[in-house]
Amino acid sequence: MSVFSSLLGFCFNLFEPVFRLGQKWLGASRIGWLFVGPNLVVIGIFTFLPIIINFVYAVTGGVNLLPTQRPFTGVENFSILLECRDYTDLQTCRSDIFWRSIFNTIKFSVIQVALMLFFSLVTALVLNRKIIGRGFWRGVFFYPVLLSPVVVALIWKWLLQSQGVFNAGLVAMGGSPMDWLLDRHWAFFWVVVVSIWAHMGFYTLILLAGLQAIPKDVYEAAEMDAAPPSRVLLRITLPLLMPNLIVVLVLVMIRAVQSFDEVFVLTGGGPGSATTFIVQYIYLTGFAEQIHLYGLAAAASLILAIGLMALTLAQLRLSKAGDAGKVKK
Amino acid sequence: MKIMKDFTMRVRVSKNGLAAIVAAIVALPVCAADIRVMCYQDGNECEVTAALAKRFEAQNAGIKVILDVVPFKTIVEQLPVQLAAGHGPDIARLTDLGGLSKYYLDISPYVKDRKYWEANFGATLPWLRPSASDKGIYGFMSQLTMTGPFVNKTLFEQAKIAMPGPKATWEEWVDAARRVAKATQTPAAMAWDRSGHRFAGPAISYGAKIFDAKGNLALDEGYKTTVRKFVAWHKDGTMLKDVWGGSGGSSYADTVGEFKNGRLVTILSGSWQINRMQKEIGNAFDWVAVPNPCGPSACTGMPGGAAWVALKTTKSPKEVGQFLDFMAQDANVAEFASRTNNIPAHAGVVKKGVSYPSAGPAAQAALGVFTSGTATLAPAAYALQGFKYNRAIMLPTVTRVTQAIVGEISVDEAVTKISADMAEAVKQTEK
Repeated sequence: MSVFSSLLGFCFNLFEPVFRLGQKWLGASRIGWLFVGPNLVVIGIFTFLPIIINFVYAVTGGVNLLPTQRPFTGVENFSILLECRDYTDLQTCRSDIFWRSIFNTIKFSVIQVALMLFFSLVTALVLNRKIIGRGFWRGVFFYPVLLSPVVVALIWKWLLQSQGVFNAGLVAMGGSPMDWLLDRHWAFFWVVVVSIWAHMGFYTLILLAGLQAIPKDVYEAAEMDAAPPSRVLLRITLPLLMPNLIVVLVLVMIRAVQSFDEVFVLTGGGPGSATTFIVQYIYLTGFAEQIHLYGLAAAASLILAIGLMALTLAQLRLSKAGDAGKVKK
Repeated sequence: MKIMKDFTMRVRVSKNGLAAIVAAIVALPVCAADIRVMCYQDGNECEVTAALAKRFEAQNAGIKVILDVVPFKTIVEQLPVQLAAGHGPDIARLTDLGGLSKYYLDISPYVKDRKYWEANFGATLPWLRPSASDKGIYGFMSQLTMTGPFVNKTLFEQAKIAMPGPKATWEEWVDAARRVAKATQTPAAMAWDRSGHRFAGPAISYGAKIFDAKGNLALDEGYKTTVRKFVAWHKDGTMLKDVWGGSGGSSYADTVGEFKNGRLVTILSGSWQINRMQKEIGNAFDWVAVPNPCGPSACTGMPGGAAWVALKTTKSPKEVGQFLDFMAQDANVAEFASRTNNIPAHAGVVKKGVSYPSAGPAAQAALGVFTSGTATLAPAAYALQGFKYNRAIMLPTVTRVTQAIVGEISVDEAVTKISADMAEAVKQTEK
């Protein structure tokens, strides 16, 4: 080990003359740029440049790909997306499917986030207890996280399609087959279920880590005071788990808004537009439809970015409020 | 080839690997006689093309044809993006004939005999031209196709119900198929491919004129009637909901998969599926192609087909022209049609007739039905197929009709939205 450390030290020392020279030329205050420079270039090319290009597409129209061949249209793409005669009736909107996708995304996020938090918490609480085969059950719940989203969606598709396993079971029991993926309400339901099934293990793991970090003596004190389990949960476990819960809440929320892969493979956004979410709308508009409306897709993605920024700000405020609460206590 | 050998040697002996790689990158464009062909196939079209390409290579030393066999989805979704970015192949086999015409290369300077092309492909050459006044040669139709129904004859026989005759209406077919489905416990009577192109045939039969007096796309009562009937047939269980209702957006879905599994009595698909039907259904049941059912105005399907087109992205226009000229020769067109069980678009070959040795009796009969069916195609069907912005009506039709089928919107709203989407798409495409 010491040989390895010495070797590593030697290698780093080789750079010292270069750094000294750099410091001499740039000065001590600017030498930092030399270190962060390569990263900045990478982030600039792969993050900031696409954002700028996205702006360019959002304010230009037509179906041409090259920006030089696209006419400037100002805010026309945004007005196509946002214009409605009556905002209480999606059908009156110029881009009603865009609005439907936003509505679906919000509905999905609210339902999925609430259920995901609930089930992850319950599972973490159960898996934190001394149950038989605890390691096995932890593995079972984490296993779907290891699967590719496409595989997850295909597995569920085989189960849910008209001639799938579920319907075969129903028919075998004397029932009639159900339109699990062809009825818009059922399709939405299953999209939520599949999403929870696929990702719950990851959030359970975070909460489990949080539960295991809670000091045992707090529970011992509660036991000595003969506190009932519900009180222990509400007054000890949940407050002390709050930082982890906030992390999970934010991660689940962002993931829900960005949902695409599983839903796209499972339902293709259908039936109709019942499970078309905002990311899928952007993909379909910009790339999958045979008339590629890049400008409209870019404008929609900027609107999504604004939504995600708002969510992040809310999360920051929530974290700060949590920290302030801790300090007060 | 010598250049390639030299190049390979250079890589082996070079002391400086990096220099060799740079040399390779610089040297690549020298092999300009490589022609990249993007090909999709419904049956064995690319395999037959590969065999013809080998013959072309033997006759034209120094030109190498590289065939990239891709799924149809790649042609629809990826090729337009590649072309827009200026990085497409040299030749492609595609179906969006007018929509991509701005990327086509005029090969008329490179073909041996322009008159031959005009005489044999004159009816379909305009489909590939960017404007009516244009006289360029951009490629040729590798096959003509026609949409039309296929019927599970075995189910009709089992149900002891007679098949409707050649001039039967859609209602008569729906009624007969429904009775067969009921008698044979088949999940659904009918399904149409999830495609605006397929939908257009019955729509024109029901009186849709597609174009207004000024030649612009327009939806009329005939189109609306078709939407209404089609949605109603889904609601009453006549149509298999899985095909249209199983997806969102305007994505394509065919019906052959469900048909070959015996889940449907009748499907509306097209002649390009004959080979696949023969191969995949085998002896499982007897199937037949029947003439397009009638509406009040016509008994039409939609013409169509795939075309070999030269693309402006090529760096070898002369070789591309030579290869397409070779492929367009009557012997090669006849061989392609014969081995792929397709209807040729070459007037001379059609006149002589094509033999289909690999086609079984069902496929032979189906080819006969479709070939004779081309005579019944309505003028509006040809006009729509040749219209540059035909996707502007076909795509929203799929999206909006599906919404009506699953109950998100009404039929009237669907038609209004198709109209609005169509206008928006044309506006954006014209920018």
